[in-house]
Amino acid sequence: MNISFIINNKEVTVDVKDEYTPLLWVIRDHLNLKGTKFGCGKAACGACTLHIDGAEIRSCSYAVKFAAGKHITTIEGLGNEENPHPVQQAWIEEVVPQCGYCQSGFMMATAALLKENNNPSDDEIDDAILNICRCGTYYRMRKAIHRAAELSRDQKS
Amino acid sequence: MSKKISRRKFLVKGGLGTLGVLAVGTAIFRNPIRREIIDFTDSFVAPYLGTGTEANLWFEITKHNTILLHSPKVEMGQGTFTGFAQIAADELDININQIEVIAAATESGIVDNLGTGGSLSIASMWTILRELAATTREMIKLEAAKKWGIAVQEITTKNGIVTFKDQQLSYAQIAENVTEWEIPSTPTLKPFKEYTLIGKPIPRIDLNAKVFGAPIFGMDAEMDNMLHAVVLKPEHIGATFKKANFTEANKMPGVVKIIQIDDWVGVIAKSYSEALAAKEVIDIEWHIPKKWSEEEIRSLITVGSGSEMLVQKEGNSLKKDESFLEIEFKSPLGAHAQIEPNGAVASYKDGKITVIISTQVVGITQKQVAKALKVSTEDVNIIPTFLGGGFGRRLNTYHAIHAVQMSKAVGQPVKYFFTRQEEFQNDMFRPPTHHIMRGKLNNAGQIENLEHHFASGNVATESVLLPNITNKILGADLGAIRGGSIHYNGIKNRRAIQWHKPLPFATSWWRSLGLLANTFAIESFVDELAIQGNKNPIELRLAEIKEDEEGIRLKNVIQKTQQHTNYSDKVKDGIAMGFACSTDAGTPCAQVVEVSIIEDEIKVHKVTCVMDCGIAINPDQVKAQCEGAIIMAMSAAMHEKMYIEDGQLQPTIFGPYQMAMIKHAPKEINVHLIQGIDKPGPVGEPPLGPIAAAIGNAVRRLTGERLTEMPLKLS
Ligand code: FES
Ligand code: FES
Repeated sequence: MNISFIINNKEVTVDVKDEYTPLLWVIRDHLNLKGTKFGCGKAACGACTLHIDGAEIRSCSYAVKFAAGKHITTIEGLGNEENPHPVQQAWIEEVVPQCGYCQSGFMMATAALLKENNNPSDDEIDDAILNICRCGTYYRMRKAIHRAAELSRDQKS
Repeated sequence: MSKKISRRKFLVKGGLGTLGVLAVGTAIFRNPIRREIIDFTDSFVAPYLGTGTEANLWFEITKHNTILLHSPKVEMGQGTFTGFAQIAADELDININQIEVIAAATESGIVDNLGTGGSLSIASMWTILRELAATTREMIKLEAAKKWGIAVQEITTKNGIVTFKDQQLSYAQIAENVTEWEIPSTPTLKPFKEYTLIGKPIPRIDLNAKVFGAPIFGMDAEMDNMLHAVVLKPEHIGATFKKANFTEANKMPGVVKIIQIDDWVGVIAKSYSEALAAKEVIDIEWHIPKKWSEEEIRSLITVGSGSEMLVQKEGNSLKKDESFLEIEFKSPLGAHAQIEPNGAVASYKDGKITVIISTQVVGITQKQVAKALKVSTEDVNIIPTFLGGGFGRRLNTYHAIHAVQMSKAVGQPVKYFFTRQEEFQNDMFRPPTHHIMRGKLNNAGQIENLEHHFASGNVATESVLLPNITNKILGADLGAIRGGSIHYNGIKNRRAIQWHKPLPFATSWWRSLGLLANTFAIESFVDELAIQGNKNPIELRLAEIKEDEEGIRLKNVIQKTQQHTNYSDKVKDGIAMGFACSTDAGTPCAQVVEVSIIEDEIKVHKVTCVMDCGIAINPDQVKAQCEGAIIMAMSAAMHEKMYIEDGQLQPTIFGPYQMAMIKHAPKEINVHLIQGIDKPGPVGEPPLGPIAAAIGNAVRRLTGERLTEMPLKLS
């Protein structure tokens, strides 16, 4: 069956056999956007985090059928080298990634947080960012989140 | 650390690409049995163990005048590619934007038989890589000299350009027309002060790929016409295949084939979701010989049980009838829990095999696959990718074999990766440990005796990395003893005795091996001795270090930590400091944590870490390794624990397997680096040592309670 949605500002229609297929696999295997990662398949790690209509979603546990007609943003659509999103800019400035595998998920979660709150306190960061990074990049990540918030405030003003 | 190169030759390969490609190779011989086993046990610093006699392609010059380095070591987050780029570029006389690093596929000819691990990549390649790069630079200069009809000494090189007076050519322009390269003898390396990249905190070269979501991981790999597979393995420890009915599963949409080999069943389908759905309806029965309990597993790992090895013997043992302090410590079974699951994309076609894989052991995986599929090693090409975390888990990637077997069964490439449950239940775990510390102070308030009796499951034993004979020679486990000796060389009477027993499931290398648990026991106990003797714990330690080369370096990191933190053993405003130190693989590291108790939970606010790893090729990345290691060790020390329930390894998902999240990480981590030796030393594992004990030592000051078991919890 065909399901249409807008992903990274592009309208696409995918043909899926099972409308309950997790959105993650449609994005990775049908649309070949590999920036959104698989870590657990059970909404437990956050590696697969993307945005649907601006809100943070763990796509491994989100049936593709619910994405119909919606706006999806993945790491590939968040920004690019020429025009990085403030979160990506901050991640570069703070040199956050180590292995890098979890990082898309964290950047997407951070971007969603900043949309709601462009000046999060440490406690608000602790409550909102619930992904897992095995390399332990949290220390730089916290700095990068604050920096990204600052950059997005500058962008607005 | 010694380089073991008995012979080296450079030669040129042609015909790779349209442009003349420059290739430099080394031939490195080794004798695995003659490798100094003691080096391994003591410091774990081993030389680079490259492939045999054939020429190896290291550098390629592209037509854009950049140089591609085929790295024998893989990038798993530790920053090795960036370090290699800095090291090579400095001798190549190119800038950092002119070098790219990729992991060498086995068909390139560079196969490192030791794999990537042990914090050795930079340390073991430091000299070899500079020599290769310098030789390459000289080869380019020789060609330029020929072209211009001048002496090579008249040529200068910079930013990938050769210059003679007002004439200039790029390296690519030189390489373009060369059909046969002349190979000079290995040039003298530049004096250190001429390096412009080595020692600089430049950003990681893989930063953009990782920030913009590039498909660089094994998990992202694909092959044309590829199918997807999942595997069903027994969930009970020691279970084996009994019987199965695939009728229903075979009818499921998208299923191409279901195969059963040994104790696993592979479901191959058109998509991952279809393979997973079909797996759910397989009717399978396992033979479960025994349902292990947590208590049984724990009791296997007990001091006094299994084989015994004397690791350290200085002076006398404590006698039973003397009075001394004794404390028992424990650490649990731990999972690697790297976020990228294990997996492989494999193709088997007419006896030729290609595997794209996140692995720390490229060469070993090639041999394992060749052996299992009964083809020659040359017919197996292993293409390593970036790793979504290694931590020792990918020092055994036998599942490459399963992927190839499934590809062979369907005659198409197959992508297979673990589910998270499979990952947790088939981890090559960090073994549980048990420690009995004994010691006493003399009348002068110095440590008279210190003894570490400890038990562990396999770390190095049974590993494909080491010839089994090494364990037989030594009688115990090489990995489990890491950090197990008492490193206070001023203490007259020291003992370290290891008890070793295998468990009924695989345990193996976990970042820093025995260091994490051994340092927890030793450094907690030393702190307790200080408290008993009413001594400042840092002063007590300093008094027990003799100033030989290692002692000076250890003392130095301890004193610097003291200075940076103004260490005090008194609780102030509800915050206590905890100190601990260790020397791992020749790298001394000291840490002070600042801890308070908030709502009955241990809260680590700040960590100060001083480490002497010699030359830091990239100080910012060395600091990043320290920060990450501290957080990973905190996670293991305070949160993580696998257990056995109803004969199964549990839990099987993040969440129930508790790990540190951003809220648990210290808000401040200050890392200070010291260069106490004039070469780069190991970095990635040493900073995991002190943290658990440091936290326990702070909690002891806060509550009076001595924490003796990881994960650390208040009673
Ligand atoms: S893969 Fe979706 S949360 Fe882990
Ligand atoms: S950077 Fe490796 S898991 Fe986060």
